[in-house]
Order: sequence, then C-alpha cells, then structure tokens
Amino acid sequence: MLGQLTKNERQLALVILLAVGLWGLVFGVAGKDDPLGAHGWIIVLAALAGIFKIISIYYDPEPSDDRLSSYYDDPTKLGIILAMVWAVIGLFVGDWVAWLLVKPDLTFDAGWSSFGRLRPVHTTGVIFGFGGNALIATSFYVLQRTSRARLPDQLSPWFVLMGYNLFVILAVTGYMMGITQSKEYAEPEWYADLWLVIVWVTYFGIYLRTLMRRKEPHIYVANWYYMAFILVVAVLHIVNNLAVPVSLGHAKSYSLFSGVQDAMTEWWYGHNAVAFFLTSGFLGMMYYYLPIRAGRPIFSYRLSIISFWGITFFYMWAGSHHLHYTALPQWVQTLGMTFSLMLLVPSWASATNALLTLNGAWHKVRDDATLRFMMVAAVFYGLTTFEGSFLAIRSVNSLSHYTDWTVGHVHAGALGWVAMITFGSIYASVPWLWKQKSMYSPKLVEVHFWLAVAGTIVYVFAMWNSGIIQGLMWRTYTENGTLAYSFVDSLIAMHPYYIARAVGGLLFLLGALVGCYNIWMTIKTATHVIPESAADRPAVAPAAALQPGE
Amino acid sequence: MFGLHYRLERKAIGLVLAIIIVSSIGGLVEIAPLFTIHQTVEDAPDMRVYTPLELSGRNIYIREGCYVCHSQMIRPFRDEVERYGHYSLAAESMYDHPFQWGSERTGPDLARVGGRYSDEWHVQHLKDPQSVVPESIMPKYAFLAQKNLDTSRLGADLAALRRVGVPYTDEDIAKADEDARTQGFGEGDTAGLAKRYPKVQARDFDGDPERITEMDALVAYLQGLGTQVDFKSASAREAAK
Repeated sequence: MLGQLTKNERQLALVILLAVGLWGLVFGVAGKDDPLGAHGWIIVLAALAGIFKIISIYYDPEPSDDRLSSYYDDPTKLGIILAMVWAVIGLFVGDWVAWLLVKPDLTFDAGWSSFGRLRPVHTTGVIFGFGGNALIATSFYVLQRTSRARLPDQLSPWFVLMGYNLFVILAVTGYMMGITQSKEYAEPEWYADLWLVIVWVTYFGIYLRTLMRRKEPHIYVANWYYMAFILVVAVLHIVNNLAVPVSLGHAKSYSLFSGVQDAMTEWWYGHNAVAFFLTSGFLGMMYYYLPIRAGRPIFSYRLSIISFWGITFFYMWAGSHHLHYTALPQWVQTLGMTFSLMLLVPSWASATNALLTLNGAWHKVRDDATLRFMMVAAVFYGLTTFEGSFLAIRSVNSLSHYTDWTVGHVHAGALGWVAMITFGSIYASVPWLWKQKSMYSPKLVEVHFWLAVAGTIVYVFAMWNSGIIQGLMWRTYTENGTLAYSFVDSLIAMHPYYIARAVGGLLFLLGALVGCYNIWMTIKTATHVIPESAADRPAVAPAAALQPGE
Repeated sequence: MFGLHYRLERKAIGLVLAIIIVSSIGGLVEIAPLFTIHQTVEDAPDMRVYTPLELSGRNIYIREGCYVCHSQMIRPFRDEVERYGHYSLAAESMYDHPFQWGSERTGPDLARVGGRYSDEWHVQHLKDPQSVVPESIMPKYAFLAQKNLDTSRLGADLAALRRVGVPYTDEDIAKADEDARTQGFGEGDTAGLAKRYPKVQARDFDGDPERITEMDALVAYLQGLGTQVDFKSASAREAAK
C-alpha cells in the first residue's frame, strides 16, 4: 500500500513517526500516576508500528514517475477497510449497550464495561470511526476525480488517515479507562483534541492544494459539502473543546465555560456535528456516488446551491433546540426553534434533488442494491430532517426531550441516512478501486440491504413507541391530581421495546458483517484486473520534481 | 444570485471564506451575548463552589458517564416539579465546568437528589441497584467502595478550576487535601470547613469510617445536589424586588 512513497517521503514519514513516538514517551513518563501514561504508551506503540512498516519498505526502489499519471487511491483503499472495521466495532458495542438496558448484568462486573463508559465508545466508534474514515476515504477519491488532479503529495493523506485513527483509538480507549470531558460527541480530552487539530489542518491543506491545481474550471458541489464539513467541524471542535488541563501530566481538564454558556456551546457543537459531520460530509458523498451509479446528472444545479447555503447558514442557529425549557434564556430557544423549522427547506431541497436525479433510472434502483442503498438513504434523510424540525418545536419537545424518541430520531438519521449512503458509496467504490467489474457477490449486497433496512425499521419503531409512551407516562395525572406513574413504572413499560431495539441493532450489525465478508472477498479474489480507463486519470500530472514540504 | 454563485464556485479561497462567514453568524448571535447579558445567570447569593470532596465525587460522576442516563435539569412543568422538585436555575450550574444537564432520562433526573435518600440507601443502591429497586437497569458500582480516593491532587484541580473562573481562595487550594479528609471523616476542623463552604455536610458517607473511598466522594456529591439555593428566601427576595 505504501509502495508509491518516494525516498524523501519515507524519510519524512520516519521523522514524523519519531516525533509522535517521542510525544508518547513524554506522556508515558509524565503521566505514570495517571491514565494519561497508558495513553502515552499506546501512542508509542502506534509510532513503533508505523516505523516498522516504513523500514520494511525503506530500501524498496524509488517508484516510477508513471504513478503521477493516475490518481492516488491507496489511502482511500485503507480508509474504506478501516471504516468497515470501525463499523463492526461501533455497531457491536452499540448492540451490547442496547442489551445492557435489557439485562444490566452483562458487564463482567467491571468498571470499563458499564453502560456509562461503553456508550461513548459506541457513539465515537460509529460516528468518528466508521463515519469519519468513510468521509476521509471517499473525499480523497471524489476530490481527485472532480478536480481531475492527483493529490498534491503522497505522505500527507497517510498522515491524515492514520493520525485520525490514532485520535479515535485514544478516544475509545480513554472512555474505558474513565478519561472523558463528558461533553457528548466531544468526550476526548485536551491532548487528543489538540492532536486532531493538527490532523485536521493537514486535511484541509490537502483539500485546498488539490483544488488549487484542479483542471476543471468549477468546483463540483460534492466538494462544497466536503469543504464545509472540514472547515466548520474545525471551528466547532476548537471552540467547544476549550479547556484548561489540571497539568501537562494529567489527562483531566476543566472546560473553559460553565453552566448555561457551556451547555449552549456544547449543543451548538453537538447539533452542528450532526449538521457538518453527519449531513454535510455525507451529502458530498451522495452528490458524487448517486448520480454516477444512476448514470444520470444531478437533477437541479439551482436546488444544489439553495440547499448548500441554506444548510450552511441555518444549521448553525438550530443547536439551542436541544435546550428547550431549560435555564437557557428563552430568546435563544426561540431562535433555535425558528431556524430549525426553516431548515426543512434546504434539507428537503437536497432530498428532492437526490430523488429526482433518479428519474429515468428507477429500473436500476429496482435491480441494483447498491443504488437502492443510496435511494433509501435519501428517503431517510428527508424523513429524519422532517422529524428533526418537528421535534424542535417547543411544545413537541416538551414531550419528546429526555425520552427515547430522541434516540429513535438520531438512529433514523444515523442508520437510515448516514450508514446507508456510506454502504452504497462503499459498494460503488470497492470494485472501482480494486479494478473489478462488480462486487464479489451482488447477492450478498442484496442481503446486506434488507438486513440494514429491517434493522433500521425495527429500531426506529421501537424507539418511537418507547419514547412517546415514556413522555406520556411521565406527565399523566390521576383524577385526584397526583402523578399516575412512578419513574419505575415507565421503566418497566420500556422493557419490550428495549428488546426490540437490541434485535434491530443486531440485524444491522449482521448486515455490516455480511458487507465486510463481501468486501474482503472482492479484494482477495481481485486477480483479473480490468485495465484503467483513460477517463479515470488526472488531466495533467503534477511535475515529478515536486516534493512534500516544498 | 445564481450568476454570482457561478463565479464564486470557481474560486477555492472565495468559497472557503464564504463558508466561514456564513456559518459563523448563528453562533456569534446566539452564544456571544450569553457571556455579556447579565440576566443570563440570575443572582444567587446562596451558591457556593464545590468542596474538594464533592468535586472528586463529581469527577467520578463524569468518569463513569452518569450523565449519559441521568439529567440534572428540571424543566418548569407541573409534573417535573412534583416529581423532582423546584425547576433548575441557571445559577445552580454556574460553577459546573463542564455542565451536567444531560440529554436523556434512562434514569430519573438528579438535579435535586441531595437529601432525598439516606447515605445508606445511596451506598446500597450504588453497590447493587437491583437490591433496592428490583426493576432498575442501572449498572453496579460496587468497586467504588473498594477504591481509596486519591486526595493528593485536589489542590491542582482547584487551581485549574480557578483558572477558568471558579472563585477558590488560596486557602481553599492549600487545604484541599485536608478539607477532603475532614469532610469524608467528619472530624477535624469541620467548623473551618463550614466557614469556607457553607452548609457543608461533613461525615462518613460510605459506612467505612477507616478510610475515604470513591464511594464517599460520590455520595457526598449526590447528597449536595440541588440543596444550595434556599428557595424560600430566594422567592422573598424576588417579591421584595
């Protein structure tokens, strides 16, 4: 996979890895009485693994300049494999914690495996592990094709991919050791956050440098979305994670903000992590893979523009709908609700644009499970954004907030939209990347599709039921004017739905396992490589003399 | 408008700047004023900072991810106020770095759990929730009672909190370790402790008087939750205004 690295890039890689290893060593020593020390040694191990890998190819001959006349897809290949690995980890832990709510004793009686520590492992595993790797991998692929330019160098994409995965590993191992900031979806501590900033700036650099050397006059709409994803996530991440560490030898830090301001900052972050990580980035994916797979151009250029700027502007106001009826000033809540309602317009514009693109290709949707994944994703995107706007209405939110309805809503989006568009895009790109006509088994793609759809529907219906019942039970009064149900009564009523939810999750996990097998077999049996088409080449290769860091 | 966009989408830097500007407006309008408008957080003269022992308990609460299932934010509805107590005030989380309002009630709200149950109930419930509430789906936290609390670092914790704006005094920081032990054993200079931390509850919380465990810290934190603001005198103050 690293065969295309030049001698210079191999040397630079060693320097970077040594620096990372040194960083880990400092933490390992400075944090010897703290969980930070364990993280230090994990970083050292990661650096050592990288160093061994580079040394093993260090004396290989210099790659020929021919490589510059085709796109650089090696990081994309590994990124897709890593995305599937994280999908299995994240979904497995998710289903585990779902069963913990059915049977709380499935923890081996240990601290690390209790619900409170595993739940962020699940959310980080699926959002950042699965989703993030899929976004990085596909963005490199799409960026090159839509710009008709090769990535500017070969080392920085690897730095971004591996550095990002180091961040996710630090995050999930940290939770199990009890390292957390407790800000939902932003739980990793200060040093992991700083590391992610370095990785992210490099990522943005790759994007900008490739766009600068593009041979297409226009920047394609998929890249607007990927750019918004990279830029806004950077801003959100930095502001929400501002904190003061206890000392440089301790993992623990204290958030710069407190109370109301901290809550508002967190949900401004939290909601826009949904917007710019789980929506914007994946819309970028959709705008590339769906029209190509369907063989149809995007239905409307103008709808693309309206929905892009609508999403970029409106979403950033909507976070306060997570804090309805709390101690947050009401004017902020009202603004959040108003913009959440307006958000339906650009959201449905995107969903409409996707579905109308399929006009004239519906027979393909019928026959091709890969395209059907993307179609169902667009439908769920439309449904979830409608539900999101609905739940943001204060009076509706008074019932739904704190209940499983929110959990159901999130999973309609995460399973129905994010995971489906990702699986569709992965099934489209794997044969392209490994130069095959199709996946190893189109039948298994079909099996995965139905497992995923069934799992999502079972999950979401279970949570709709449990959430609404919960909300109603909590506020029901007897004729005598006393509360009709204790909290425990509502807990007992949830039991059947919690079983159903865990079964739905299991179906979804099984689907992902089928997908892994299919992808693995496609790669393994990729012997008869079909020749690269002339269309799938950069317009002009960068000059051979260019080197990273130039 | 579409003509303008036709030109914009040909410029990478232009697109980058446009995205940053368009996406910044919402946050600037909604968040920045929260730091300057005085009414965001009401005056609450009763509010005091956490004692070192309570802070340790709070950090354990965070470490174990309690916020994942328990909220600490009572909304102003009849059913919530009857179930959990007076609705939460902004001032009650003014020293919470980070906030613990939560987003989900797989378990009940804890904003005012302080003083509702005995220490023995909490310890038993944390060790084996199902032994107290058979239908509970809460995990067992028996290991907290086995682990000695590390109090040596508390001064550094308080100092870090002072850097983000919590008004700990030099004395608080210097005595952090001692204060934690005074509160957890319920002996020593409890009067001095109560002077700096009014209404502090100093006693052995976990039923193990020999040592201070993580259980002591967590129960001390829980028993203090929502007890600081005296709503009788607060409503009298409101009426006087």
